[in-house]
Amino acid sequence: MNLDSVIFIISAAVTLFGAVMMIMQRNPVASVLYFILSLVAQAVLYVQLGALFVGAVLIIVYSGAILVLFLFVIMLLNLRGDEDLGAPSSPVSQLTKYVVSIGIIAEFAFVIWSTGFSSSIPTGIIAGASENFGSTEQVARLLFGRYLYPFELTSILLLAAIVGAVVIARKENGDEIESKAAAKTAADEVTG
Amino acid sequence: MFGITHFLFIAVLLFGVGVTGVLISRNIIVLLMSVELMLNAANLAIIAFSRALNVMDGHAFVFLVLTVAAAEAAVGLAMVITIFNNRRSINIDKYSLLKW
Repeated sequence: MNLDSVIFIISAAVTLFGAVMMIMQRNPVASVLYFILSLVAQAVLYVQLGALFVGAVLIIVYSGAILVLFLFVIMLLNLRGDEDLGAPSSPVSQLTKYVVSIGIIAEFAFVIWSTGFSSSIPTGIIAGASENFGSTEQVARLLFGRYLYPFELTSILLLAAIVGAVVIARKENGDEIESKAAAKTAADEVTG
Repeated sequence: MFGITHFLFIAVLLFGVGVTGVLISRNIIVLLMSVELMLNAANLAIIAFSRALNVMDGHAFVFLVLTVAAAEAAVGLAMVITIFNNRRSINIDKYSLLKW
């Protein structure tokens, strides 16, 4: 039982705890905070797998930006966790949902178990990996080298998402109505 | 000694929690976060395989997945705001206009 194993067990437990608490919460703000807890523990797992830069990016971008976006929306909609979510579904329906999800977990777990990946690959913060595995430099070489085109294409995806989000969330504002009304009065003046 | 298999099991459990969240939650925001959780589980698996094969291509791929997750969150939350303005509810059972 070395230090790496202890860190792995703790961070794995915190990850799963945060995820389970996230879906159990009634208050969406608590939900987001539990998700952030889960993400921080996941970043520790990334670091244990040698992905130093990706682990840092997970905390900065994911819990720092995407989840703050969720918090902003919760604040905008003024949700307090006491919204009417309707009556709980029937016990049979509930049971079916849990059975389906446990079935999915069991299926994946069986596939992994039966494939029998070698457990001998050393993982851990200190052990394993060559000197600069997962370093910022190596990630940058991949992103701006072999994966340059996919990398550039994601910028188009982001542009589409920005424009889409603005168009969807925009309120039917006064400008359009006013200009229509102005056009109507102008037309009335011409005809009248 | 723990190995890649253990990380994969954690990823599977996370994915399963995400699936459960999508199935049982009636709150649209928690549902969106559960989808994000499933993407995260996939990321963890990619990183684990990347370490197992000792190639770093997986790290570049995780960035693309992160971008997709960010785009999905932005568009999804914009839709949540619009629907909330029309329906005054975050209960997904109330979003039944296309259901017959």
